[in-house]
Amino acid sequence: MLGLNKQDTTILLVVAALTIFAPFILNPFPVDSAMAQFNAGYPDLMQRFVIFGIFAIGFNILFGLTGYLSFGHAAFLGIGSYSAVWMFKLLSMNVIPAIILAVIMSGLFAVVIGYVSLRRSGIYFSILTLAFAMMMFALAYSVLTPITGGETGLQLALDDPRILGISATPEGNIPTPSLFGVEMRASTTVPVGAWEFTFNFGYYFCALIMLVAFYLSVRIFRSPFGLTLRAIKSNQQRLNYTGVNPKPYTLAAFVISGMYAGLAGALMASMDPLAGAERMFWTQSGEVVLMTILGGVGTLFGPVLGAGMIKYMENIISKINSDILHSWFAFLPDGLEDLIVAIIYPFIGKGWHLTLGLIFMLVVIFLPGGLVEGGQRVRSWMKNRGKSKEETSQTPAE
Amino acid sequence: MGILEVKGVNKRFGGLQALGDVNLSIKENTVHAIIGPNGAGKSTLLNCLVGKLIPDSGSVMFDGQSVLGRKPHEINQMGISRVFQTPEIFTDLSVIENVMIPCFAKRDGAFRLHAVEAVASEKDIVEQAEQMLADVNMLDKRNMHAGSMSRGDKRRLEMAMCLVQNPKLLLLDEPTAGMARADTNNTIDLLKEIKEKRDITMAIIEHDMHVVFSLAERITVLAQGTPLVEETPENIKGHPKVREAYLGEAQV
Amino acid sequence: MDAIILQILNGLDKGSAYALIALGLTLIFGTLGVVNFAHGALFMIGAFCAVTLSRILSASHEVLVEGKTDFLGNPLKEDVPYVYDWFGESAGAAIIDWSVPLSILFAIPVMILVGVIMERGLIKHFYKRPHADQILVTFGLAIVLQEVIKYYFGANPIPTAAPEAFKGSFDFGAMIGLDPNTIIYPYWRLIYFCFAAIVIGCVFAFLQFTTFGMVVRAGMADRETVGLLGIDIDKRFTIMFGIAAAVAGLAGVMYVPINPPNYHMGMDFLVLSFVVVVVGGMGSLGGAVLAGFLLGILESFASMREVIDLIPGINQVIIYLVAIIVLLTRPRGLMGRKGVMEE
Repeated sequence: MLGLNKQDTTILLVVAALTIFAPFILNPFPVDSAMAQFNAGYPDLMQRFVIFGIFAIGFNILFGLTGYLSFGHAAFLGIGSYSAVWMFKLLSMNVIPAIILAVIMSGLFAVVIGYVSLRRSGIYFSILTLAFAMMMFALAYSVLTPITGGETGLQLALDDPRILGISATPEGNIPTPSLFGVEMRASTTVPVGAWEFTFNFGYYFCALIMLVAFYLSVRIFRSPFGLTLRAIKSNQQRLNYTGVNPKPYTLAAFVISGMYAGLAGALMASMDPLAGAERMFWTQSGEVVLMTILGGVGTLFGPVLGAGMIKYMENIISKINSDILHSWFAFLPDGLEDLIVAIIYPFIGKGWHLTLGLIFMLVVIFLPGGLVEGGQRVRSWMKNRGKSKEETSQTPAE
Repeated sequence: MGILEVKGVNKRFGGLQALGDVNLSIKENTVHAIIGPNGAGKSTLLNCLVGKLIPDSGSVMFDGQSVLGRKPHEINQMGISRVFQTPEIFTDLSVIENVMIPCFAKRDGAFRLHAVEAVASEKDIVEQAEQMLADVNMLDKRNMHAGSMSRGDKRRLEMAMCLVQNPKLLLLDEPTAGMARADTNNTIDLLKEIKEKRDITMAIIEHDMHVVFSLAERITVLAQGTPLVEETPENIKGHPKVREAYLGEAQV
Repeated sequence: MDAIILQILNGLDKGSAYALIALGLTLIFGTLGVVNFAHGALFMIGAFCAVTLSRILSASHEVLVEGKTDFLGNPLKEDVPYVYDWFGESAGAAIIDWSVPLSILFAIPVMILVGVIMERGLIKHFYKRPHADQILVTFGLAIVLQEVIKYYFGANPIPTAAPEAFKGSFDFGAMIGLDPNTIIYPYWRLIYFCFAAIVIGCVFAFLQFTTFGMVVRAGMADRETVGLLGIDIDKRFTIMFGIAAAVAGLAGVMYVPINPPNYHMGMDFLVLSFVVVVVGGMGSLGGAVLAGFLLGILESFASMREVIDLIPGINQVIIYLVAIIVLLTRPRGLMGRKGVMEE
């Protein structure tokens, strides 16, 4: 389907189904139940899942295929956000021009930064991208305040021109981002029995874009271009002597992944019309590295999975406090309860970063293909076990 | 006029004269071996031909065009392919993918943003690669992970990757170095077979005299960065200058 | 003139920290060939060694003060540190006052232990893996270490003072014959610089004049050959990792009075230290030290009012700008050797 082979079509359909039914899948617990805090099906978080999914998918095109580890990809996220907010300020609250400008701007920056950084490889490339991103962060924070809003960030105001729209709503508020009049924040909440499901327009808009982005990345992975990028990762020397010039290929991959990041930045600004310099800080770049590796670098589905996992931990696991833990283990004798809570507590709630760091290390050490590889291993192990059982049962018959 | 003409090439590394006034002419459709003791400058010469090193002076003409100052990928596009001492292949890719990359390079040139069409739908490239694998008896290993193959198979694959581009000149840098006798003989047979099947010029750098005398039609002996003699294999055997170069002054 | 000297002095303390961290990074890279993103975390752990020791030393118990009452009329209780009991009040007070310098003695064994555990437990499994994997796993380790520290010490910076004798500033200008009050310099920063100079000197002397150091240097140049000589290079490299960790840790210990430590200080310094290493030349010890001081001083010059007025924002980006220029024009850095990490 759509020019994909059977296996890739399945992956695409699975991702599509997951995103479309996310409001149900992520809200498995009734509203009043004790587990309701694990419900992640609220618009704000669901939007973050897919937006960071886009960011990670784009990062994976660079790192997963070529092996060039960029530690400065957040710069493009920031550029995308700033460009989008400027479009909201100057042109109109429609998200389409904002997204277009964001992708173009981040692409242009990626051409320049990529051209310079790709003259070196390995750790030097990582340091160069890091240096560029940190420079941009520092400038956005200080000197470029007129453009970036400095420490407070770039915000909309009532007196923005918005030449194709309105500066202020009749009620005197700042208008909100919309797609041809349909507001991004528009939501319907449907109660079903004890459950509640929220359908948000902004989420579905982002989800649709993510599906397109995902589809494109599958096409890139399967194309001669993607094959060449994998060859760059595998053996640049051989590629050189095979008549291929690796430089334009890596640059193209860098620019494409920069544009993905810009797109993600624009969507972030479309959901919440605000852009701050901290979006360009290197820890943000580090986060997308974590997402991609955790899910499975070089795999199609991995980055989406990784982004979802990290955002889930950040927003849900981080909210568990010791009271909740105590209530979970209340059935145990007091001493044991305290002991177990004391053991678990450092790893959840505010300590979720610790868990993340540990999981990440384990993945790098034991599962270079991330959770996706883990899943495949489990599956093939199950298959083999099934097979060997059959074999053992057959042996006596022979 | 040979297909490859090297004239007056000099290369110094600091105080060391690695190549001194090298002249070499390789005729089309011949197998030309370059031999010489360790440190004679064989690898330096080869690196000057493929663009990894740039000679300090002299000229290297291939098929009427100078290769000097060109990058390795440009030189490959001119029709020179290279086999390395240790097989250089794409270890993370499958065998068929390894062969398809040179096919794409041959068809699309050094760069083409070909990012939408699927590799699998490029029927003629797939066919071409499969045909090549069949030629080197590796079609059964089509979907194998290239890095997990034996050294002999890797060498065979590397040859296939070079040959699929139909190069005018194939450079082989000690193709049997470190191989067991049986593997060496297999390689010799493979090269002979290749030579029979197509019009190709080969330049072989080699230590192993068995390989050299089984394959070469012309032999150049290099010593201390300078060609001593260029002769047919029959005349090389027992040539006094060659013996001197290999056995040293002790004989004199 | 005095402005220039002042900026050089201002750059020295940060430059010292950069140099010490970069030195450790380079030792690890040069000996083990590992790119260690957790090195900033070692710096941080060093700083928290000082915090820990100062807390241990100040540990106290309550004592009733005879004949006095507090404002509620209850008997007055006073916290008396245990060290007072053991060493007497004046000696005890001096010990607490000098907790930061004393932490050096505490931090050296702790840091060597941390370093050796890290190398044996994790890093050694990554010698043969690509640099990207090394970066990633040590990056993960850095997150874990900083979260552990955050769990025990909280997220806020913990001020820990320098000894009373070194608080305050002195008039450096007057000392070198300039007008009084032109160059006022805090004592502790001078001490930090001297301390860094001594540590760097010790490391170089150790590598230069001991047999151990000679073998390590030979190993840095050509690991295989040294291995063939029948020398157990691995064990020595493990010890070098411990030493590198100790160097980073000491840099952290002494930095505590300059900047109250918090859990993310390691990451903050790491990014800059990596830039320093790359500017100095990957694998060059002298380059790391040189680049550390150079960039520290450059940063402080770029923060001068006159410079900022001329090029706004330059103080924020100068280090990165220099790094980009150096990397593009001199890929090996200022003093890097050929063939290190190329392609």
